[in-house]
Amino acid sequence: MLIKKPNDISSSEITPKSSFLGRRQFIAGVAATGAAVAGGLYLRRRGWHMEETVHAGAKLSGIVKSPLSTSEQPNSFKDITNYNNYYEFSTDKYEPNGLAANFRTRPWTVSIEGLVKKPKKLDIDTVLKLAPLEERIYRHRCVEGWSMVIPWVGFPLSALIKQAEPLGNAKFVAFETVYAPDQMPNQKRSVLEWPYVEGLRIDEAMHPLAIMAVGLYDEVLPNVDGAPLRLVVPWKYGFKGIKAIVKIKFVENMPPTTWNIMAANEYGFYSNVNPQVDHPRWSQATERRIGEFRKRPTLMFNGYADQVASLYSGMDLRKNY
Amino acid sequence: MRPPPEKLLRALKVLVFLLCLGPAAVLTWKGFHDGLGANPIDVITRTTGRWTLTFLLITLGITPARKILHLPWLIRFRRMLGLFAFFYGSLHLTTYIWLDKFFDVHEMLHDILKRRFITAGITAWLLMLPLALTSTKAWIRRLGGKRWQRLHRLIYFSAAAGVIHFVWLVKADLKRPLTYGAILLALLAYRTFVWAVSRLQSAQSRRAPSPGLSG
Repeated sequence: MLIKKPNDISSSEITPKSSFLGRRQFIAGVAATGAAVAGGLYLRRRGWHMEETVHAGAKLSGIVKSPLSTSEQPNSFKDITNYNNYYEFSTDKYEPNGLAANFRTRPWTVSIEGLVKKPKKLDIDTVLKLAPLEERIYRHRCVEGWSMVIPWVGFPLSALIKQAEPLGNAKFVAFETVYAPDQMPNQKRSVLEWPYVEGLRIDEAMHPLAIMAVGLYDEVLPNVDGAPLRLVVPWKYGFKGIKAIVKIKFVENMPPTTWNIMAANEYGFYSNVNPQVDHPRWSQATERRIGEFRKRPTLMFNGYADQVASLYSGMDLRKNY
Repeated sequence: MRPPPEKLLRALKVLVFLLCLGPAAVLTWKGFHDGLGANPIDVITRTTGRWTLTFLLITLGITPARKILHLPWLIRFRRMLGLFAFFYGSLHLTTYIWLDKFFDVHEMLHDILKRRFITAGITAWLLMLPLALTSTKAWIRRLGGKRWQRLHRLIYFSAAAGVIHFVWLVKADLKRPLTYGAILLALLAYRTFVWAVSRLQSAQSRRAPSPGLSG
């Protein structure tokens, strides 16, 4: 595995973290960073990755910048982690961060199954080493009409799929979130059907923009954002980005998806960001970028039309919403 | 039970008035102290909306509370509470018109016609409007007590429209809107019960005009 020289300035240094971390946490953070850097130097010499340290807040290293990143200003770590839908914990966007604080992400196994040559159960730390970690600064558009710019760290989903060697009749990829009602309070209530399930067509899943995220800024993915492993598909509405994944299954037919089960007329399987197709209850023509006052127009495929529109050529996007 | 002395009632009214301003004050304070989180406009919308419904239900709770708790003087607070429902409802609507739609009339008309939860919300506010306008003593006199009272029964429909607005706008978790709905149903059930009992009594008294003789 190739380990690049760290960049001069990492994104987290640009964002003034000290302004939002409490002083004690800040000092602890400095200490942890120091330890991480020292440890990192040691491990780097040994040719190891830093993901050995897995707890939230631990630094990831060897992150490669990606040409697929947007140059837009990312939202702050604080906003990204404190304004977030994670229905397993709460239907309120401000609550999951606190409720997910003690969520256990180790031990964690991801099952790769279905129509593949090599079904297997992978330990999360193996998954983290499937491919070099990249920084992907993506626009994130929630179906509710707000948006952010998020500096994810992850690797292309295609890398994982290639490893699994799907069979010829595998047309879709189905994902499943962990079912852990003892840790996820809302899984005891019937807010949605649990566990959360999502899916992609296999060509969508193979698209270079689709990633498995394992980090945010240059840190291990915070629990509230779907640690230890979540899907990010930046041209689709945010709810397609299934969190805390434990199962990836290759199937022949279009798999069920949670919000579609909940309200099929409101949430389609594709759920591509599309300003021309309104949600039945609100317009999708504009969005409020978190941190901005005025709304801005929503872009077709969330601004990724050049890269992904060809996936849907010939399809009626009003019907296949 | 004897009503509290006039002086105390007046003091209580001032206190209740200040308490009712509390939610707006907290919101304003937070707004100026970076306390409204990542999406302040969303928080303002939801907070003013919830308080509108809360004040509508408190207002509707006055009559049952007077009767059940034998506190007839509570009527002195009803107009103020109703006007606070209108106040928060108007803040809620202003947030929508200004901070959500930025006075885009075309966009708003489209919204009202197309999106049923907006239709319900606007209806709820419009139903409150004549009640707020005719809340003065002068208007009670002008309309006459009976007619005024009939007009002010619109509050039932306003509250119902408000609950429906809430039910229709949530994505999945109906706990909160249904809580409001259950309280509203209980308050309306009380009125239906009282009305049914009085109908029954008057029917009986018509059949037996002089119960003293028969019993």
